[in-house]
Amino acid sequence: MNALNRREVVASLLERRGELLVVAGLGAPAWDCTAAGDHPLTFPLWGAMGSACMIGLGLALAKPARRVLVVTGDGEMLMGLGGLATIGAQRPGNLAVVVLDNERYGETGMQKTHTAYGTDLAAVARACGFATARIIRRNAEVSDVRSGIYRGKGPLFFQAKVKADALPLVLPPRDGAHLKHRFREALLGAQ
Amino acid sequence: MQGKISKSSSAEAIDWPAAIHRALKAQRVRQVSYVPDAGHKRLIELCHADKGMAAVPLTTEEEGIGLAAGAWLGGERSALLMQSSGVGNCINALSLASSCGFPLLMLVTMRGETGERNPWQVSMGQATPEALRLAGVRTLRLERAEEASAVANTAAKAAFEEQSAVALLISQQLIGVKSFEEKR
Repeated sequence: MNALNRREVVASLLERRGELLVVAGLGAPAWDCTAAGDHPLTFPLWGAMGSACMIGLGLALAKPARRVLVVTGDGEMLMGLGGLATIGAQRPGNLAVVVLDNERYGETGMQKTHTAYGTDLAAVARACGFATARIIRRNAEVSDVRSGIYRGKGPLFFQAKVKADALPLVLPPRDGAHLKHRFREALLGAQ
Repeated sequence: MQGKISKSSSAEAIDWPAAIHRALKAQRVRQVSYVPDAGHKRLIELCHADKGMAAVPLTTEEEGIGLAAGAWLGGERSALLMQSSGVGNCINALSLASSCGFPLLMLVTMRGETGERNPWQVSMGQATPEALRLAGVRTLRLERAEEASAVANTAAKAAFEEQSAVALLISQQLIGVKSFEEKR
């Protein structure tokens, strides 16, 4: 049984976030990031499933002096698995990926994902060339994840085994143009 | 599998991939992602050789839609190279560009047109312009090498200055036909 609470993990990673840039995959990871505090430098997705890591890569290549964190789910990550190979080929030192792995498609009725049947996403990331790739099962390990995200040599990958809870929805803004504009204004200044 | 590529005489005379590369430079494109096509071989080489560009090989074309969105969020411009079969892989990811109004420049070498020798390329090639239109992407056509500079600049300006999703469809007549004959 997975032990970690996804909201607590994300809150720990995003408190005192400083200059961190965040991309949140669609569904529960976007709600988790919003529950930790809606922020102009978080870009939450409402669609384009499978794209979260690649948005993170484009951002990390564009802003090599900033730390970039992708927070996504196991289903979203499985849909874009090839992106791990693409990131592995670029090896951005400033990019970290945290997969909140509840082993379920949480938005569609809690059907099992491939990780419930044994797919080891961290092993995939390691094989693709990530500098660090680990499965996280205990709260005591979350501080390691945090120091990796903010200071570690990337690309880093953490697969956090979280409970398959259905938690209250905490929704970010839905207007994609607004989300894009506020992110760019906060990062780049008035355009 | 490597077939000979036969080119039209105008394509021999004018270095149209270099003209596209210059258009990308003029629009300050910094990230160029691609799934290779024989028709993009020279442009991919030019982008890899360009120290001002990050050339990013993809495992599948829709990755490039996400990459371009992330680049734009970080203040950089990105272009995406593929052949027409890859357009089908992009359809749902294109909702990212249309929902958020991200600029997008796709350079698509066409298969399934005049002289195609692989019948399996015809289906997606023929569906490509309409599929892009349905996904909210404006299409422009490049038919002749001598038009490459003007058309590529128009496409790049439409993408980045008007901030729209644009695909430049590069005619199979221009890139040549894969012959499937062994090299001798």
